[in-house]
Amino acid sequence: MEGIMNMVGQVGRNVIQSVAKLGDATLFALATLRLLFAKPWQGKHFVMQMYAVGVGSLIIVVITGAFTGMVLALQGYHMLVKVGTEALLGPWVALSLIRELGPVLAALMFVGRAGSSITAEIGIMRVTEQMDALEMMAVNPQARVMLTRIIACAISLPLLVAIFDVVGLFAGYLIGVEMLGVNGGVYIGETIDKVGMIDIQAGITKSIYFGLLVGIICTYMGQRATATTEGVAKATTRAVMLCSVMVLVVDYIITSFYL
Amino acid sequence: MIKTQALVRSFDGVKALGGIDLHIEKRKVTVIMGGSGSGKTTLLRLLAGLEAPTSGSILFAGEDLASVSKKRLYELRMRVGMVFQYSALLNSLDVYENVAFPLHEHTDLDESVIQTMVTMKLEQVGLRGFECMMPSQLSGGMAKRVAFARALVMDPQVVFFDEPTSGLDPISAGVVSTLIHETTAKTRMTSVVVTHDVEAGLKIADHVILLWQGQVIAEGSPESIQQSEDPRVQQFIKGEPNGPIPFSRSQTAYIDDLMHKPGCVRMA
Amino acid sequence: MSGYKKIEMVVGIFVLVGVMSIAWLAVELGGVGGLGSNGYKVIAIFDDAGGVRTGSDVMLAGVPVGQVISVTLKDNEEAEMVFNIKEGVLIASDATVSIRTKGLIGEKFVRVNQGSEEDYLAEGDEFEDTESAINIEDLISKYIFSGETK
Repeated sequence: MEGIMNMVGQVGRNVIQSVAKLGDATLFALATLRLLFAKPWQGKHFVMQMYAVGVGSLIIVVITGAFTGMVLALQGYHMLVKVGTEALLGPWVALSLIRELGPVLAALMFVGRAGSSITAEIGIMRVTEQMDALEMMAVNPQARVMLTRIIACAISLPLLVAIFDVVGLFAGYLIGVEMLGVNGGVYIGETIDKVGMIDIQAGITKSIYFGLLVGIICTYMGQRATATTEGVAKATTRAVMLCSVMVLVVDYIITSFYL
Repeated sequence: MIKTQALVRSFDGVKALGGIDLHIEKRKVTVIMGGSGSGKTTLLRLLAGLEAPTSGSILFAGEDLASVSKKRLYELRMRVGMVFQYSALLNSLDVYENVAFPLHEHTDLDESVIQTMVTMKLEQVGLRGFECMMPSQLSGGMAKRVAFARALVMDPQVVFFDEPTSGLDPISAGVVSTLIHETTAKTRMTSVVVTHDVEAGLKIADHVILLWQGQVIAEGSPESIQQSEDPRVQQFIKGEPNGPIPFSRSQTAYIDDLMHKPGCVRMA
Repeated sequence: MSGYKKIEMVVGIFVLVGVMSIAWLAVELGGVGGLGSNGYKVIAIFDDAGGVRTGSDVMLAGVPVGQVISVTLKDNEEAEMVFNIKEGVLIASDATVSIRTKGLIGEKFVRVNQGSEEDYLAEGDEFEDTESAINIEDLISKYIFSGETK
């Protein structure tokens, strides 16, 4: 009996703690984003973060984009050809990519490539007192380190998703038309016909939210990590897990708005 | 230069500092000493404005750090330098860029002027010619000297040192101690040093403050500290394991722990 | 600072490629700039909208000339549709519209059957005559029931 009560109590405490953390993270995000309008302008450092976060993730995004488009075409063809509707292969590939797989897969790759390094870097900067050093040199670390990374994420990810989509579409076309022999005119025509602006809008909207989400979670986890090597390692793992789950949850929520 | 009044800082209700009044004089080396957990690092962070006090005030050149705006705090920090325990060099930048960092941030001097200033500071700490090395390639003593050069580059009025000699070999520690002493003597700088290295601390100090359990237990010139009658002071500077400062706070009998193997389930 | 200039350049290229990708998607697939905002609006009232939705194509002689921009219920019994017709496309005032299906199970679209009058529909005008969606179920049941009553 006492064991059960203890368990219930533990669950309750965990819930309370999670809610408190959510509040803390929200306040952290608001306080950081508010600095967007504060001087001094962090333009140069933002560009450097775009390089680290955006350009750094480009190769992995192009590779996953290409293979996603290819496998969609391959899989879709064998499914559609059974009911004689392989003419719809183009829209099948395009809609899957643009609405779902582009934003989600690019975001997951982005979490692994850029998000984890953001948490680890901030955590280590804290362990080695670099954050305090910046503070002592009259440079606001929240603007210099956190804000630049969050904004770089929010801007890079939509661009990466668009690149992922385009690469995936070309790869899908290559497999569908050149390899599997679907009529090229039909493939392109049906794709243009079936894909609407709303689909592209949905994809891009998702990616902006994902970018902000990843940026905020990863900087927050780094900032609140216990200032030890172990603490940073744990925070990095947690940040990656939390980001991945949140990307999928938010994806579901946004998708339900766009149907 | 810096004054504190009834300075209290507590963490989750536990007092790390319990009402400190002290006065740090201009152009002197003030050394704050104390054992681990005596609150000296907390005190330094409060003096530097990195943490806010629970109560009390810290007057920096007449302005209370606890109540100034963030903007004003940053303005005051241009007049302050700090050398951290682990140097805290920005590891994405090389030695030159690290030392030049405050100048790049807060001045619009021509790069050639900055270069001259950086070279001068690096010469001062004996590291001219190491401009292109990255922090990861430096030894602990070298990193500390680079951090020193960086703290000096804005010609600050006050420089804070957190454990400047810990983790260094005797020669490097000696070099750093001498640098602190000489720089303070030759320029208009005020130095505040936190350390548990008694020997080095007494050697470079003009004024010593001894902390124990968040309280000042002795204050004065190095000579007066050495001649202090207080047994706690004597125990600390001689480094004796037995004395009024207990070695262990354990209350339970040792044999009980052995018998019951409490693991890590401490008293609830 | 030449290192920074290089980074700036690479980031610039990255942003350019990304923005171009978004633009390509929007123009090629999203239909921005082709059919869309510039044009004129005309209204048609149907007994049965038959599954035509906002964004469905409006075709004349098999060529897309506009899009459906709204489908609403009028007086609780009819469907009112507003089409956006591309500028430069002239529709005679006695033209009729019908709802058709692309292929057997494809999506619905609006077909404009050009008329012969000399004056043309302008902004806000209404089609005189409409032909509602051909409902396959209705056709089948009509056939069955007419057979029974014979």
